[in-house]
Amino acid sequence: MSQLIQHLINGIAAGTIYALVALGYTMVYGVLKLINFAHGDVMMVGVYMGYATALMLGRQARGSVGGVLLIFLVAMVGCALLGFLIERFAYRPLREKPRLTALITAIGISFTLSYGFQLDIGFLPGSAPRAFPQIIKPAQWFTLGDPEFPDVVLWNWQVISLLVAVALMAGLQFLVYRTRFGRAMRAVSFDHRVAALMGIPTDRIISVTFMIGSALAAGAGLLYAIKDTSVSPLMGLYVGLKAFVAAVIGGIGNVPGAMVGGLLLGLVEEFVVGYAASTWRDAVAFGFLILVLLVRPGGLFGRVAAEKV
Amino acid sequence: MSSSSRVPPSLRGILPVLVALPVLLVLELLLRDSQFTSFLLSVMGVNVLLAVSLNIVNGMTGQFSIGHAGFMAVGAYLSGITSLALKDVAISFLPVVVSDQVFLLVALLVAGGAAALAGFLVGLPSLRLRGDYLAIVTLGFGEIIRVVVTNTEAFGRALGLSGIPQSSSVAMVGLWVFLSVLVARRISGSSHGRSLLAIREDEVAAEAMGVNTTGYKVRAFVVSSFFAGVAGGLFAHFVPIINPGSFTFVKSMEVVVMVVLGGLGSTTGAIVAAVFLTLLPEAMRSLFTLLGSESTLAQQVDQIRMPVYGLLLVALMLARPQGLFGTKELWDVVPRWLPRRRKGM
Repeated sequence: MSQLIQHLINGIAAGTIYALVALGYTMVYGVLKLINFAHGDVMMVGVYMGYATALMLGRQARGSVGGVLLIFLVAMVGCALLGFLIERFAYRPLREKPRLTALITAIGISFTLSYGFQLDIGFLPGSAPRAFPQIIKPAQWFTLGDPEFPDVVLWNWQVISLLVAVALMAGLQFLVYRTRFGRAMRAVSFDHRVAALMGIPTDRIISVTFMIGSALAAGAGLLYAIKDTSVSPLMGLYVGLKAFVAAVIGGIGNVPGAMVGGLLLGLVEEFVVGYAASTWRDAVAFGFLILVLLVRPGGLFGRVAAEKV
Repeated sequence: MSSSSRVPPSLRGILPVLVALPVLLVLELLLRDSQFTSFLLSVMGVNVLLAVSLNIVNGMTGQFSIGHAGFMAVGAYLSGITSLALKDVAISFLPVVVSDQVFLLVALLVAGGAAALAGFLVGLPSLRLRGDYLAIVTLGFGEIIRVVVTNTEAFGRALGLSGIPQSSSVAMVGLWVFLSVLVARRISGSSHGRSLLAIREDEVAAEAMGVNTTGYKVRAFVVSSFFAGVAGGLFAHFVPIINPGSFTFVKSMEVVVMVVLGGLGSTTGAIVAAVFLTLLPEAMRSLFTLLGSESTLAQQVDQIRMPVYGLLLVALMLARPQGLFGTKELWDVVPRWLPRRRKGM
């Protein structure tokens, strides 16, 4: 029983991070109908930005609340800029081209970032994973059973990442459904040509959507790095893929769907690791995805658009 | 066509093979002493085989598949197992070399068959999924194969298979490259190929015109994965060891880059791109070695290769989204004053 509770806690903690990364995929897909394959790698760049900031701050400052906020701020703003640049120079010129071209471009950007960061030239970090500094001092907030060797442990970073994730998601939900900007986003998503005719600055809306998505990715990436205590250039490829799977399971383009998909994926993976074999984790994640898609081709909450001739 | 009128119909299918075989054997004899050249030619051949086969699905049918390394892995492992089982058997009345090649052929057919079966399984979801969703399912399939292989005792887990007889030869690789090109060309010229192109251009319209879209899509997957499996089998018989690390998402993407660079739908384009992208790192390496001063740069060529591939994809999509040759074949884009081949085969 206590084992089950522990797995539930771990699964939800992992799931919220997947969900946060998945939100970026979902937002971009909702507005542009583009699977932004480079999203995970933008996240990786954000984690490295946070890493560099943490190193610069020094041991004293990085444990404080201000230090943590600064690290998150630098990473999120930096990633928003990166997202803007990618959208402006790689995706915008292709907006009227077939969707496949943009998908291939996204894969190209993803490769450039993840393998470019593995080079050992100049400021690039090289391929070896590095230890991520403890910007939040780990502490057990809640234990069950023997205090020395507790059966169930709830870590403070698990609570913090859940709170941050819920806050960011609620903010996003508010932004999309309660603000003028959100209404413009939804209009662009519905039909960007008609939206432009109605006087909505389509390009600006898409740019800002990209920037918000990338900033969310940076935040999620930092939470992931705190949990995993390491950074590596390839983390974006794998976390990104998982988050993408989560987004598709929930029905890509759907904000609550991304959350549910992320949580489901986190729980499924955690139970596989806990009760079966940890090496099968990736296979189960993709098997789950294929299963969901075969039953509901548009994801759990997605709708399949009828195709017009 | 003028040539086909002279060749009796019964021979038309095998005549190119009969012409190609002696050429390949002479090539094999010439290359007997040069190990590096034959290794490079084998790698090139495997890449051409992969690119040409992926082009049948991605280029001709327009079903964007990014899990090609999975089929290659199925072929590599199953042919490796077959060869390991048959290692000590020989056909007594044949010379050793010939007997080796016969067993290699058996192993390759097993590889192709198993991969074709896998292709059938992956093709089935394409009944319901299209576009981006199908792409992610093929990607997931490739990853699942990798995890299954990593966890199976018979496949050597993460360490991989070693001790597979190194019986592959340039002639054998060349033969399969030749066969795959022949099949791809003949498909694109046939009514099957026209149906595939119709599906690529507009699936709904193709369905409305009476094309059995699901049947053709699954068949394209089966043919494509058969050759990918053979490519994997050949690969397993000239590298010293195969392990799950050789068949990752990255390998799939390398093949996608080849197909996209050559032009989606152009068989000759895929060949040219595969040869070019295989030679490029070698050329870069020897160039850096020649320059001398930056010897570390020469060692880093393999690392630089991947970001360069990424930038290449982006630049290509921005400047020339249809790839170098578009859907045209090599002889359609040669200058006017050269004698041209007419379309069809």
